[in-house]
Amino acid sequence: MCIDAFKLMGLFSCCDFLFWFRGSMDLKDEMQRVRFWVNQIGNFCLRLVWHFVHLLVRSWYLGVGVANVIESYLISSGLLRRYRFIDVGKLRYLAIVVESDDACQISKVIQLLQWLQAFGVKHLCLYDTEGVLKKSKESILAKLKNATLFEEADERDPLLDQKHMTLEFASITDGKEAVAKGGNLLFMKYLKLANSGAEQKEQIFTEANLTEALRAVGYGGPEPDLLLVYGPARCHLGFPAWRIRYTEIIHMGPLKSMRYGSLVKAIYKFTMVRQNYGT
Amino acid sequence: MKNAGIDKAIEILGKLVRFLRKIMIHIISVGPMPDHVAFIMDGNRRFARKNNLSEAAGYRIGLLALISCVKYCSELGVRYVTFYAFSIDNFKRRSDEIQPLMDLFLEYIEGLMKEGSIVSRYGIRVYFQGNLKLFSEPVRLAAENAMLATAHNSKLFLIVCLAYTSTNEIVHAVQESCEEKWGGAILLNENEKNDAESFVKVTDIDKNMYMAIAPEPDILIRTSGDTRLSNFLLWQTTCTYLYFPSSFWPEIGFRHLLWAILNFQRHHQYLTKRKKQG
Repeated sequence: MCIDAFKLMGLFSCCDFLFWFRGSMDLKDEMQRVRFWVNQIGNFCLRLVWHFVHLLVRSWYLGVGVANVIESYLISSGLLRRYRFIDVGKLRYLAIVVESDDACQISKVIQLLQWLQAFGVKHLCLYDTEGVLKKSKESILAKLKNATLFEEADERDPLLDQKHMTLEFASITDGKEAVAKGGNLLFMKYLKLANSGAEQKEQIFTEANLTEALRAVGYGGPEPDLLLVYGPARCHLGFPAWRIRYTEIIHMGPLKSMRYGSLVKAIYKFTMVRQNYGT
Repeated sequence: MKNAGIDKAIEILGKLVRFLRKIMIHIISVGPMPDHVAFIMDGNRRFARKNNLSEAAGYRIGLLALISCVKYCSELGVRYVTFYAFSIDNFKRRSDEIQPLMDLFLEYIEGLMKEGSIVSRYGIRVYFQGNLKLFSEPVRLAAENAMLATAHNSKLFLIVCLAYTSTNEIVHAVQESCEEKWGGAILLNENEKNDAESFVKVTDIDKNMYMAIAPEPDILIRTSGDTRLSNFLLWQTTCTYLYFPSSFWPEIGFRHLLWAILNFQRHHQYLTKRKKQG
């Protein structure tokens, strides 16, 4: 009987232990579930705040956009004195980067070029990553008066009048791939010096020689003084690296919202810049 | 007594600022974060002139700004941070302008190697990239020793561009690529050499760039309001968001980084799409 009692007590202890264990496991599960939901709610709130911060940023840019529109109108109408007389002669070569998706709007591109031509810009490079503008160059040249391809123009031609403009068309293949082609030209020279000393080989690989090699393979366009970016973000989208060492880069916003006043302001800002070139 | 009170107030303010910064970092980390941020540290001399300080003092304060930027980038989870410290064009300056910079650089390297410095606390691996042969031997040796001493770190990669220009980097990469290809090409006969489409390819040049150790920068920040790259990372910045705040370099703060990242997040989808197409 005593043994039975002990057995019963043992059984009850086991049951107690099982109930306690199951209870504590349920509690752990509950705690994990609570933690999971607290995390989810926390993440949700964080996302909400992040969206709110970006809403504030968008509102800021909306305000800046409105201010730019008003300023552009004032500049176009000649009410702001400092923008009336701009020395465009300082701008020897201008480059325009257009987002390829926008470059299909040829009428907008032509309007921009007409503004620049009227302003007195003489040499211009049009760039888009995918080469959409390159493919449309014939139609662009046809619709513009007094414009020729940069490669075909001759500065010494006395028939070129004041408003004449030269146009160069470039795309991403004029960048890194062009440098590789120039590099291959230098490599051929390097091969010919197979048995020469290291010093002679070193003399091949200089910046001046690579510039000359790029010219020889047809990628010798000049360095623009100013690069205007018409696209959603401020980045040069792969404009030939070799040519933008000291080029001023100004972001103009999307092509569809281009304004004459903003163009004038960008060129004015450029004429006020002073460069040290590292000194 | 009064000084102790002010010190306490400054300490509390400092803690509050750090706390607010942590909260902001938690919030912006919900969106895409940059992996690589590059800086053009422009405006040290103008800052010194504006505040009636010597040029050397301007550079010292600029160095403190660099250290702060590295700390902020580490807190933001940025893995690669690049600074344009000394351009090949800067050698055109007078020797009495260059020497204090070299002395500051040697002092900075010495500080980096000490126990408990920012490098050991944040697990930073330091690289000095550029044409280091243009420097004197003490500077070159200090740079090489620092790179060796931090080679085991991997939390953050600090790349300091010294005696660097993009055009020099490209020429160097072309030269390295040509030297690599030389062995194979020398065995070809004349006709084969002329017929070969190209020995040197873009991928060869890419892998021989000084900056091949890091991915392309997501954001490039140039202080002082000048809107040009001045021969820095021209090859690598095809789809990099460019930010040109008007503050001088010693005045740069967390708020500039925050603004740059918020704008990077705004354009991230577009820039990623462009990068894939490139």
